[in-house]
Amino acid sequence: MKKHQDAPSAGLPIVVRLAAILCLVIAAACAFAYAAGWLTPARLTPTKIVDSLAPPGGPVKGFRRNHAKGICFAGSFEANGDAVEISRAPMFKVGTYPVTGRFNLAGPIPTMADGTGRVRGLSLRIQAADGQEWRTAMINPPLFPIATPKDFYELQRANANKDDPSAAKQFAASHPSLRAFGAWAGTAPFAESYAEDRFNSLNSFVFTNAQGQSQTVRWSFIPTAAVVPVPPDELKKRDPDFLFKEITERVAAAPQKWKLVVTLANPGDPTSDPTKVWPDDRRQIEAGTLLVTRIEPEADGACRDINFDPTVLPEGIHTSDDPFPAARSAAYAVSYDRRTAESSHYPRTQAEGKP
Amino acid sequence: MSRSSMKFSLAQRVLHWGMALGILAMLFIGVGMMSTIDSVYLLLVNIHKPLGIVILALALLRLAVRWRTGAPPLPAGMSEPMKLAARLSHVAFYVLMIAMPLLGWSMLSAADYPVVFAGMRLPSIVPPNAELHSMLWTAHRALAFCLFALFLLHFAAALFHAWVRKDGVFETMTSGRSDRRR
Repeated sequence: MKKHQDAPSAGLPIVVRLAAILCLVIAAACAFAYAAGWLTPARLTPTKIVDSLAPPGGPVKGFRRNHAKGICFAGSFEANGDAVEISRAPMFKVGTYPVTGRFNLAGPIPTMADGTGRVRGLSLRIQAADGQEWRTAMINPPLFPIATPKDFYELQRANANKDDPSAAKQFAASHPSLRAFGAWAGTAPFAESYAEDRFNSLNSFVFTNAQGQSQTVRWSFIPTAAVVPVPPDELKKRDPDFLFKEITERVAAAPQKWKLVVTLANPGDPTSDPTKVWPDDRRQIEAGTLLVTRIEPEADGACRDINFDPTVLPEGIHTSDDPFPAARSAAYAVSYDRRTAESSHYPRTQAEGKP
Repeated sequence: MSRSSMKFSLAQRVLHWGMALGILAMLFIGVGMMSTIDSVYLLLVNIHKPLGIVILALALLRLAVRWRTGAPPLPAGMSEPMKLAARLSHVAFYVLMIAMPLLGWSMLSAADYPVVFAGMRLPSIVPPNAELHSMLWTAHRALAFCLFALFLLHFAAALFHAWVRKDGVFETMTSGRSDRRR
Protein backbone atom coordinates (compact mmCIF):
# COMPACT_ATOMS: atom_id res chain seq x y z
CA MET A 1 0.00 0.00 0.00
CA LYS A 2 1.72 3.16 -1.15
CA LYS A 3 0.75 6.43 0.35
CA HIS A 4 2.20 9.86 -0.06
CA GLN A 5 0.52 12.41 2.11
CA ASP A 6 1.09 10.53 5.34
CA ALA A 7 4.79 10.31 4.68
CA PRO A 8 5.77 11.48 8.18
CA SER A 9 4.08 8.46 9.70
CA ALA A 10 4.86 6.04 6.92
CA GLY A 11 7.60 4.21 8.68
CA LEU A 12 6.30 4.48 12.21
CA PRO A 13 4.93 1.51 14.10
CA ILE A 14 1.16 1.29 14.53
CA VAL A 15 1.45 1.87 18.27
CA VAL A 16 3.14 5.23 17.69
CA ARG A 17 0.48 6.25 15.19
CA LEU A 18 -2.30 5.28 17.57
CA ALA A 19 -0.55 7.20 20.35
CA ALA A 20 -0.30 10.25 18.09
CA ILE A 21 -4.05 10.08 17.40
CA LEU A 22 -4.78 9.74 21.10
CA CYS A 23 -2.56 12.72 21.91
CA LEU A 24 -4.30 14.90 19.32
CA VAL A 25 -7.74 13.94 20.61
CA ILE A 26 -6.66 14.68 24.18
CA ALA A 27 -5.18 18.01 23.08
CA ALA A 28 -8.47 18.98 21.43
CA ALA A 29 -10.40 18.00 24.55
CA CYS A 30 -8.00 20.02 26.73
CA ALA A 31 -8.36 23.09 24.53
CA PHE A 32 -12.13 22.76 24.89
CA ALA A 33 -11.84 22.39 28.65
CA TYR A 34 -9.65 25.46 28.77
CA ALA A 35 -12.17 27.51 26.75
CA ALA A 36 -14.88 26.35 29.14
CA GLY A 37 -12.83 27.57 32.10
CA TRP A 38 -12.52 24.10 33.65
CA LEU A 39 -8.73 24.34 33.82
CA THR A 40 -8.74 27.84 35.32
CA PRO A 41 -10.81 27.70 38.51
CA ALA A 42 -9.75 31.28 39.34
CA ARG A 43 -11.56 32.71 36.29
CA LEU A 44 -14.40 35.01 37.30
CA THR A 45 -17.43 33.39 35.72
CA PRO A 46 -21.01 34.65 35.58
CA THR A 47 -21.94 31.65 37.72
CA LYS A 48 -19.64 32.86 40.48
CA ILE A 49 -21.13 36.35 40.35
CA VAL A 50 -24.66 34.99 40.60
CA ASP A 51 -23.70 32.57 43.39
CA SER A 52 -22.15 35.46 45.32
CA LEU A 53 -25.51 37.26 45.34
CA ALA A 54 -27.31 34.47 47.17
CA PRO A 55 -28.46 35.14 50.74
CA PRO A 56 -26.98 32.94 53.51
CA GLY A 57 -29.93 30.52 53.29
CA GLY A 58 -29.45 30.04 49.55
CA PRO A 59 -31.23 31.67 46.62
CA VAL A 60 -35.00 31.97 46.55
CA LYS A 61 -36.03 29.60 43.80
CA GLY A 62 -37.94 30.86 40.80
CA PHE A 63 -37.02 34.50 41.41
CA ARG A 64 -34.40 36.83 40.00
CA ARG A 65 -31.12 36.32 41.86
CA ASN A 66 -30.92 40.04 42.61
CA HIS A 67 -33.63 42.69 42.55
CA ALA A 68 -35.86 39.74 43.39
CA LYS A 69 -38.81 41.80 44.62
CA GLY A 70 -40.58 43.59 41.82
CA ILE A 71 -43.85 44.59 40.26
CA CYS A 72 -44.65 44.78 36.55
CA PHE A 73 -46.10 47.62 34.60
CA ALA A 74 -47.20 48.50 31.11
CA GLY A 75 -46.77 51.90 29.58
CA SER A 76 -45.26 53.79 26.71
CA PHE A 77 -42.36 55.97 25.77
CA GLU A 78 -43.26 59.17 23.95
CA ALA A 79 -40.24 60.40 22.05
CA ASN A 80 -40.03 64.10 21.26
CA GLY A 81 -37.46 63.58 18.51
CA ASP A 82 -34.70 65.63 20.15
CA ALA A 83 -32.37 62.64 20.67
CA VAL A 84 -32.34 61.83 16.93
CA GLU A 85 -29.47 64.32 16.80
CA ILE A 86 -27.25 61.88 18.71
CA SER A 87 -28.74 58.43 18.05
CA ARG A 88 -30.46 56.72 15.16
CA ALA A 89 -32.27 54.35 17.54
CA PRO A 90 -35.82 54.01 16.15
CA MET A 91 -37.43 54.82 19.51
CA PHE A 92 -35.96 58.33 19.50
CA LYS A 93 -37.95 59.35 16.45
CA VAL A 94 -41.10 61.31 17.32
CA GLY A 95 -43.69 58.73 18.25
CA THR A 96 -45.11 56.49 20.93
CA TYR A 97 -43.46 53.15 21.69
CA PRO A 98 -44.84 50.36 23.90
CA VAL A 99 -43.02 49.70 27.15
CA THR A 100 -42.96 46.68 29.43
CA GLY A 101 -41.29 47.48 32.74
CA ARG A 102 -40.63 46.55 36.31
CA PHE A 103 -40.15 48.48 39.54
CA ASN A 104 -37.95 46.60 41.95
CA LEU A 105 -35.78 46.60 45.05
CA ALA A 106 -32.12 45.58 45.13
CA GLY A 107 -31.66 42.41 47.15
CA PRO A 108 -32.04 38.67 46.67
CA ILE A 109 -35.17 38.12 48.80
CA PRO A 110 -38.58 38.73 47.19
CA THR A 111 -40.34 39.09 50.53
CA MET A 112 -38.13 41.91 51.83
CA ALA A 113 -39.86 44.89 53.39
CA ASP A 114 -40.08 47.87 51.08
CA GLY A 115 -38.82 50.19 53.84
CA THR A 116 -35.52 48.29 53.96
CA GLY A 117 -34.80 48.71 50.27
CA ARG A 118 -32.17 51.38 49.98
CA VAL A 119 -31.60 50.82 46.27
CA ARG A 120 -34.63 50.85 44.02
CA GLY A 121 -34.69 49.89 40.37
CA LEU A 122 -36.54 50.57 37.17
CA SER A 123 -36.26 48.15 34.26
CA LEU A 124 -37.63 48.87 30.82
CA ARG A 125 -38.13 47.21 27.49
CA ILE A 126 -38.97 49.79 24.83
CA GLN A 127 -40.09 48.27 21.53
CA ALA A 128 -39.82 49.82 18.09
CA ALA A 129 -42.19 48.90 15.27
CA ASP A 130 -39.43 47.12 13.33
CA GLY A 131 -38.83 44.64 16.17
CA GLN A 132 -35.78 46.38 17.59
CA GLU A 133 -35.69 46.66 21.37
CA TRP A 134 -33.99 48.77 23.95
CA ARG A 135 -33.72 47.11 27.33
CA THR A 136 -32.32 48.95 30.31
CA ALA A 137 -32.19 48.30 34.03
CA MET A 138 -31.49 51.35 36.17
CA ILE A 139 -31.22 52.16 39.87
CA ASN A 140 -31.85 55.25 41.94
CA PRO A 141 -28.41 56.06 43.42
CA PRO A 142 -26.51 58.78 41.52
CA LEU A 143 -23.37 56.63 41.38
CA PHE A 144 -22.39 52.98 41.58
CA PRO A 145 -20.48 51.89 44.69
CA ILE A 146 -17.97 49.79 42.78
CA ALA A 147 -15.72 50.52 39.81
CA THR A 148 -15.32 47.09 38.18
CA PRO A 149 -17.24 43.78 38.01
CA LYS A 150 -14.31 42.05 39.70
CA ASP A 151 -14.49 44.47 42.63
CA PHE A 152 -18.24 43.93 42.76
CA TYR A 153 -17.61 40.22 43.20
CA GLU A 154 -14.94 40.84 45.84
CA LEU A 155 -17.36 43.11 47.72
CA GLN A 156 -20.03 40.41 47.77
CA ARG A 157 -17.46 37.95 49.07
CA ALA A 158 -16.19 40.35 51.72
CA ASN A 159 -19.73 41.09 52.91
CA ALA A 160 -20.55 37.38 53.06
CA ASN A 161 -17.37 36.51 54.95
CA LYS A 162 -18.77 35.65 58.38
CA ASP A 163 -15.46 34.20 59.57
CA ASP A 164 -13.74 37.52 59.25
CA PRO A 165 -15.95 40.49 60.15
CA SER A 166 -13.11 42.82 59.28
CA ALA A 167 -13.13 41.66 55.65
CA ALA A 168 -15.88 44.09 54.68
CA LYS A 169 -14.15 46.93 56.52
CA GLN A 170 -10.85 46.20 54.85
CA PHE A 171 -12.56 46.15 51.49
CA ALA A 172 -14.25 49.48 52.18
CA ALA A 173 -10.98 51.02 53.29
CA SER A 174 -9.29 50.06 50.04
CA HIS A 175 -12.21 51.15 47.85
CA PRO A 176 -12.96 54.83 48.53
CA SER A 177 -15.85 54.87 46.03
CA LEU A 178 -17.82 52.98 48.68
CA ARG A 179 -17.65 56.07 50.91
CA ALA A 180 -19.29 58.30 48.30
CA PHE A 181 -22.01 55.70 47.86
CA GLY A 182 -22.34 55.38 51.63
CA ALA A 183 -22.79 59.14 51.89
CA TRP A 184 -25.69 58.95 49.45
CA ALA A 185 -27.19 55.91 51.17
CA GLY A 186 -26.95 57.56 54.57
CA THR A 187 -28.47 60.90 53.66
CA ALA A 188 -30.72 60.58 50.59
CA PRO A 189 -34.41 60.62 51.44
CA PHE A 190 -36.53 57.50 50.92
CA ALA A 191 -39.24 58.68 48.56
CA GLU A 192 -42.71 57.48 49.43
CA SER A 193 -43.26 56.34 45.86
CA TYR A 194 -41.48 54.79 42.91
CA ALA A 195 -43.13 57.63 40.99
CA GLU A 196 -40.88 60.09 42.85
CA ASP A 197 -37.60 58.27 42.25
CA ARG A 198 -35.02 59.21 39.70
CA PHE A 199 -33.49 56.19 37.98
CA ASN A 200 -30.01 56.32 36.46
CA SER A 201 -28.23 54.14 33.90
CA LEU A 202 -24.91 54.74 35.75
CA ASN A 203 -23.20 52.71 33.04
CA SER A 204 -22.19 54.63 29.96
CA PHE A 205 -23.22 53.67 26.44
CA VAL A 206 -22.34 55.00 23.01
CA PHE A 207 -24.98 56.67 20.85
CA THR A 208 -24.45 56.85 17.10
CA ASN A 209 -26.50 59.11 14.87
CA ALA A 210 -27.52 58.76 11.23
CA GLN A 211 -24.33 60.57 10.15
CA GLY A 212 -22.25 57.95 11.94
CA GLN A 213 -21.06 60.29 14.69
CA SER A 214 -20.65 58.64 18.06
CA GLN A 215 -21.12 60.13 21.50
CA THR A 216 -20.73 58.49 24.90
CA VAL A 217 -23.72 59.09 27.15
CA ARG A 218 -25.45 58.11 30.36
CA TRP A 219 -29.16 58.52 30.90
CA SER A 220 -31.69 59.06 33.65
CA PHE A 221 -35.44 58.82 34.03
CA ILE A 222 -36.42 61.84 36.11
CA PRO A 223 -39.79 61.83 37.86
CA THR A 224 -42.25 64.61 37.17
CA ALA A 225 -43.74 64.07 40.65
CA ALA A 226 -42.08 65.93 43.53
CA VAL A 227 -40.24 63.85 46.14
CA VAL A 228 -42.15 63.32 49.39
CA PRO A 229 -39.70 61.68 51.77
CA VAL A 230 -40.78 59.04 54.26
CA PRO A 231 -39.34 60.07 57.65
CA PRO A 232 -36.61 57.54 58.56
CA ASP A 233 -38.28 56.55 61.86
CA GLU A 234 -41.45 55.79 59.96
CA LEU A 235 -39.86 53.50 57.37
CA LYS A 236 -39.93 50.43 59.58
CA LYS A 237 -43.53 51.00 60.57
CA ARG A 238 -44.76 51.11 57.02
CA ASP A 239 -46.46 48.15 55.42
CA PRO A 240 -43.79 45.80 54.00
CA ASP A 241 -45.37 46.29 50.59
CA PHE A 242 -46.16 49.98 50.89
CA LEU A 243 -44.31 50.91 47.69
CA PHE A 244 -46.21 48.31 45.67
CA LYS A 245 -49.57 49.32 47.08
CA GLU A 246 -48.82 52.99 46.60
CA ILE A 247 -47.73 52.70 42.98
CA THR A 248 -50.70 50.45 42.17
CA GLU A 249 -53.17 53.01 43.53
CA ARG A 250 -51.30 55.94 42.08
CA VAL A 251 -51.13 54.54 38.54
CA ALA A 252 -54.79 53.46 38.74
CA ALA A 253 -55.65 57.10 39.43
CA ALA A 254 -53.44 58.62 36.74
CA PRO A 255 -50.50 57.65 34.49
CA GLN A 256 -47.15 58.42 36.13
CA LYS A 257 -44.42 60.14 34.17
CA TRP A 258 -40.64 60.34 33.98
CA LYS A 259 -38.54 62.44 31.58
CA LEU A 260 -35.72 60.64 29.81
CA VAL A 261 -32.66 62.87 30.04
CA VAL A 262 -29.51 61.86 28.16
CA THR A 263 -26.23 63.32 29.46
CA LEU A 264 -23.39 63.70 26.95
CA ALA A 265 -19.83 63.03 28.06
CA ASN A 266 -17.15 65.59 27.28
CA PRO A 267 -13.91 64.28 25.84
CA GLY A 268 -11.86 62.95 28.73
CA ASP A 269 -14.79 62.22 31.03
CA PRO A 270 -14.53 58.84 32.78
CA THR A 271 -16.72 56.56 30.68
CA SER A 272 -15.58 53.20 32.01
CA ASP A 273 -16.13 53.82 35.71
CA PRO A 274 -19.70 54.13 37.06
CA THR A 275 -18.41 55.34 40.43
CA LYS A 276 -17.31 58.58 38.78
CA VAL A 277 -20.10 61.10 38.31
CA TRP A 278 -19.73 63.50 35.39
CA PRO A 279 -19.75 67.25 36.19
CA ASP A 280 -23.14 68.97 36.32
CA ASP A 281 -22.47 71.24 33.36
CA ARG A 282 -22.47 68.44 30.76
CA ARG A 283 -24.88 68.90 27.91
CA GLN A 284 -28.21 67.16 28.41
CA ILE A 285 -30.90 66.27 25.91
CA GLU A 286 -34.43 65.48 26.95
CA ALA A 287 -35.48 62.64 24.68
CA GLY A 288 -39.07 62.06 25.72
CA THR A 289 -41.43 60.88 28.44
CA LEU A 290 -42.05 57.50 30.00
CA LEU A 291 -45.69 56.95 30.91
CA VAL A 292 -46.59 54.14 33.28
CA THR A 293 -50.23 53.38 32.70
CA ARG A 294 -50.96 49.97 34.27
CA ILE A 295 -49.49 48.08 37.20
CA GLU A 296 -49.52 44.26 37.09
CA PRO A 297 -48.61 41.91 39.95
CA GLU A 298 -45.37 40.20 39.00
CA ALA A 299 -46.65 36.63 39.32
CA ASP A 300 -48.85 37.15 36.27
CA GLY A 301 -47.17 40.22 34.83
CA ALA A 302 -45.58 40.62 31.44
CA CYS A 303 -42.23 41.61 32.98
CA ARG A 304 -41.86 38.41 34.92
CA ASP A 305 -40.17 36.31 32.27
CA ILE A 306 -38.23 39.13 30.64
CA ASN A 307 -34.50 39.35 31.13
CA PHE A 308 -33.81 43.10 31.27
CA ASP A 309 -30.39 42.53 29.76
CA PRO A 310 -28.79 45.98 29.35
CA THR A 311 -26.99 44.86 26.20
CA VAL A 312 -30.20 44.32 24.24
CA LEU A 313 -29.87 47.54 22.31
CA PRO A 314 -31.26 48.93 19.08
CA GLU A 315 -29.10 50.12 16.24
CA GLY A 316 -27.76 53.55 17.27
CA ILE A 317 -26.93 52.50 20.83
CA HIS A 318 -24.07 50.21 21.77
CA THR A 319 -21.91 49.38 24.74
CA SER A 320 -18.98 51.61 25.69
CA ASP A 321 -15.71 50.83 27.49
CA ASP A 322 -17.74 50.49 30.69
CA PRO A 323 -17.13 46.84 31.71
CA PHE A 324 -20.41 46.41 33.58
CA PRO A 325 -22.99 45.88 30.81
CA ALA A 326 -21.14 42.81 29.49
CA ALA A 327 -20.75 41.39 33.00
CA ARG A 328 -24.39 42.14 33.78
CA SER A 329 -25.54 40.50 30.56
CA ALA A 330 -23.54 37.35 31.37
CA ALA A 331 -24.80 37.23 34.96
CA TYR A 332 -28.43 38.07 34.09
CA ALA A 333 -28.41 35.15 31.65
CA VAL A 334 -27.36 32.76 34.42
CA SER A 335 -30.01 34.18 36.74
CA TYR A 336 -32.59 33.81 33.97
CA ASP A 337 -31.60 30.25 33.12
CA ARG A 338 -31.83 29.29 36.78
CA ARG A 339 -35.11 30.93 37.61
CA THR A 340 -36.86 29.68 34.47
CA ALA A 341 -35.73 26.17 35.42
CA GLU A 342 -37.48 26.76 38.76
CA SER A 343 -40.74 28.14 37.40
CA SER A 344 -42.74 25.70 39.49
CA HIS A 345 -41.42 27.38 42.65
CA TYR A 346 -43.01 30.66 41.66
CA PRO A 347 -46.42 29.68 40.31
CA ARG A 348 -48.59 32.03 38.38
CA THR A 349 -51.80 32.91 40.15
CA GLN A 350 -54.05 33.50 37.15
CA ALA A 351 -54.92 29.83 36.89
CA GLU A 352 -56.43 30.06 40.34
CA GLY A 353 -58.74 32.85 39.31
CA LYS A 354 -56.90 35.70 40.98
CA PRO A 355 -56.65 38.98 39.10
CA MET B 1 -15.32 2.41 -9.66
CA SER B 2 -15.55 5.81 -11.26
CA ARG B 3 -13.15 8.53 -10.28
CA SER B 4 -15.91 10.80 -8.96
CA SER B 5 -17.37 8.18 -6.67
CA MET B 6 -14.05 7.85 -4.84
CA LYS B 7 -14.38 11.30 -3.40
CA PHE B 8 -16.97 13.65 -2.06
CA SER B 9 -17.83 16.33 -4.62
CA LEU B 10 -15.98 19.63 -4.48
CA ALA B 11 -19.11 21.34 -3.08
CA GLN B 12 -19.33 18.70 -0.36
CA ARG B 13 -15.67 19.04 0.54
CA VAL B 14 -15.87 22.84 0.70
CA LEU B 15 -19.01 22.60 2.84
CA HIS B 16 -17.39 19.99 5.09
CA TRP B 17 -14.22 21.91 5.86
CA GLY B 18 -15.93 25.30 6.05
CA MET B 19 -18.57 24.00 8.40
CA ALA B 20 -16.01 22.03 10.42
CA LEU B 21 -14.28 25.32 11.14
CA GLY B 22 -17.57 27.08 11.89
CA ILE B 23 -18.93 24.34 14.15
CA LEU B 24 -15.68 24.01 16.11
CA ALA B 25 -15.66 27.79 16.53
CA MET B 26 -19.28 27.65 17.74
CA LEU B 27 -18.47 24.97 20.33
CA PHE B 28 -15.44 26.82 21.69
CA ILE B 29 -17.22 30.19 21.62
CA GLY B 30 -20.24 28.62 23.29
CA VAL B 31 -18.41 27.23 26.31
CA GLY B 32 -16.10 30.25 26.35
CA MET B 33 -18.88 32.80 26.56
CA MET B 34 -20.58 30.86 29.34
CA SER B 35 -17.46 31.20 31.46
CA THR B 36 -16.52 34.86 31.30
CA ILE B 37 -17.87 38.24 32.35
CA ASP B 38 -15.25 40.23 30.45
CA SER B 39 -16.26 42.45 27.56
CA VAL B 40 -15.21 39.62 25.24
CA TYR B 41 -18.45 37.97 26.39
CA LEU B 42 -20.49 40.29 24.19
CA LEU B 43 -18.15 39.76 21.24
CA LEU B 44 -18.49 35.99 21.61
CA VAL B 45 -22.29 36.14 21.92
CA ASN B 46 -22.46 38.42 18.90
CA ILE B 47 -20.48 35.90 16.84
CA HIS B 48 -22.27 32.84 18.25
CA LYS B 49 -25.81 33.84 17.30
CA PRO B 50 -25.37 34.88 13.64
CA LEU B 51 -22.83 32.10 13.02
CA GLY B 52 -25.46 29.66 14.27
CA ILE B 53 -27.89 30.95 11.68
CA VAL B 54 -25.24 30.62 8.95
CA ILE B 55 -24.50 27.04 10.03
CA LEU B 56 -28.22 26.20 9.96
CA ALA B 57 -28.48 27.45 6.39
CA LEU B 58 -25.31 25.60 5.34
CA ALA B 59 -26.43 22.40 7.07
CA LEU B 60 -29.71 22.42 5.14
CA LEU B 61 -27.84 23.10 1.92
CA ARG B 62 -25.40 20.30 2.72
CA LEU B 63 -28.21 17.88 3.43
CA ALA B 64 -29.71 18.69 0.03
CA VAL B 65 -26.35 18.25 -1.69
CA ARG B 66 -25.80 14.94 0.09
CA TRP B 67 -29.25 13.85 -0.99
CA ARG B 68 -28.44 14.59 -4.63
CA THR B 69 -24.78 13.59 -4.77
CA GLY B 70 -24.60 10.84 -2.21
CA ALA B 71 -21.34 9.71 -0.64
CA PRO B 72 -18.45 7.54 -1.80
CA PRO B 73 -18.84 3.92 -0.74
CA LEU B 74 -16.98 2.80 2.36
CA PRO B 75 -14.11 0.41 1.59
CA ALA B 76 -15.05 -3.22 1.27
CA GLY B 77 -12.42 -4.04 3.85
CA MET B 78 -14.35 -2.32 6.63
CA SER B 79 -16.32 -4.59 8.92
CA GLU B 80 -20.09 -4.21 9.03
CA PRO B 81 -20.16 -2.81 12.60
CA MET B 82 -17.59 -0.20 11.59
CA LYS B 83 -19.61 0.76 8.55
CA LEU B 84 -22.71 1.03 10.66
CA ALA B 85 -20.86 3.23 13.17
CA ALA B 86 -19.62 5.46 10.36
CA ARG B 87 -23.11 5.86 8.91
CA LEU B 88 -24.70 6.48 12.30
CA SER B 89 -22.11 9.10 13.15
CA HIS B 90 -22.95 10.94 9.94
CA VAL B 91 -26.65 10.82 10.72
CA ALA B 92 -25.90 12.17 14.21
CA PHE B 93 -23.86 15.00 12.70
CA TYR B 94 -26.67 16.02 10.37
CA VAL B 95 -29.23 15.86 13.19
CA LEU B 96 -27.06 17.98 15.49
CA MET B 97 -25.97 20.46 12.82
CA ILE B 98 -29.62 21.25 12.19
CA ALA B 99 -30.96 20.82 15.73
CA MET B 100 -28.35 22.93 17.55
CA PRO B 101 -29.04 26.22 15.74
CA LEU B 102 -32.80 25.57 15.91
CA LEU B 103 -32.56 24.91 19.66
CA GLY B 104 -30.51 28.07 20.17
CA TRP B 105 -32.90 30.17 18.14
CA SER B 106 -36.01 28.69 19.75
CA MET B 107 -34.56 28.98 23.25
CA LEU B 108 -34.04 32.72 22.66
CA SER B 109 -37.55 32.97 21.23
CA ALA B 110 -38.95 31.23 24.31
CA ALA B 111 -37.07 33.76 26.45
CA ASP B 112 -38.65 36.59 24.40
CA TYR B 113 -35.13 37.64 23.48
CA PRO B 114 -34.50 39.27 20.12
CA VAL B 115 -32.44 37.31 17.58
CA VAL B 116 -30.81 39.78 15.22
CA PHE B 117 -29.09 38.67 12.03
CA ALA B 118 -27.31 41.20 9.79
CA GLY B 119 -29.19 44.05 11.45
CA MET B 120 -32.57 42.41 10.97
CA ARG B 121 -34.68 40.93 13.74
CA LEU B 122 -35.59 37.36 12.92
CA PRO B 123 -39.07 36.11 13.80
CA SER B 124 -39.62 34.14 17.00
CA ILE B 125 -40.01 30.46 16.17
CA VAL B 126 -41.72 29.48 19.45
CA PRO B 127 -43.95 31.51 21.78
CA PRO B 128 -42.41 33.08 24.91
CA ASN B 129 -42.59 30.55 27.73
CA ALA B 130 -40.28 30.18 30.72
CA GLU B 131 -40.63 26.40 31.11
CA LEU B 132 -40.09 25.88 27.40
CA HIS B 133 -37.02 28.13 27.56
CA SER B 134 -35.59 26.03 30.32
CA MET B 135 -36.11 22.78 28.41
CA LEU B 136 -34.64 24.15 25.20
CA TRP B 137 -31.70 25.72 27.01
CA THR B 138 -30.93 22.46 28.79
CA ALA B 139 -31.12 20.57 25.50
CA HIS B 140 -28.93 23.12 23.68
CA ARG B 141 -26.30 22.86 26.39
CA ALA B 142 -26.37 19.06 26.70
CA LEU B 143 -26.30 18.48 22.94
CA ALA B 144 -23.39 20.89 22.58
CA PHE B 145 -21.31 18.53 24.70
CA CYS B 146 -22.62 15.59 22.68
CA LEU B 147 -21.62 17.37 19.49
CA PHE B 148 -18.13 18.01 20.80
CA ALA B 149 -17.82 14.35 21.85
CA LEU B 150 -18.99 13.35 18.38
CA PHE B 151 -16.38 15.65 16.88
CA LEU B 152 -13.64 13.99 18.95
CA LEU B 153 -14.82 10.59 17.78
CA HIS B 154 -14.96 11.75 14.16
CA PHE B 155 -11.51 13.35 14.45
CA ALA B 156 -10.04 10.16 15.92
CA ALA B 157 -11.76 7.99 13.29
CA ALA B 158 -10.56 10.22 10.44
CA LEU B 159 -6.97 9.99 11.65
CA PHE B 160 -7.37 6.25 12.20
CA HIS B 161 -8.41 5.88 8.56
CA ALA B 162 -5.57 8.12 7.39
CA TRP B 163 -2.69 6.84 9.48
CA VAL B 164 -3.56 3.34 10.58
CA ARG B 165 -5.99 1.76 8.12
CA LYS B 166 -4.80 3.85 5.15
CA ASP B 167 -7.94 2.76 3.32
CA GLY B 168 -8.61 5.99 1.41
CA VAL B 169 -11.61 7.02 3.52
CA PHE B 170 -9.82 10.13 4.84
CA GLU B 171 -8.86 11.09 1.29
CA THR B 172 -12.48 11.11 0.14
CA MET B 173 -12.78 14.41 1.99
CA THR B 174 -9.43 15.91 0.99
CA SER B 175 -8.30 17.11 -2.39
CA GLY B 176 -5.07 15.19 -2.35
CA ARG B 177 -3.85 12.81 -5.02
CA SER B 178 -5.27 9.74 -3.43
CA ASP B 179 -8.42 9.78 -5.51
CA ARG B 180 -6.70 7.67 -8.11
CA ARG B 181 -7.38 4.01 -8.14
CA ARG B 182 -5.30 1.99 -5.81
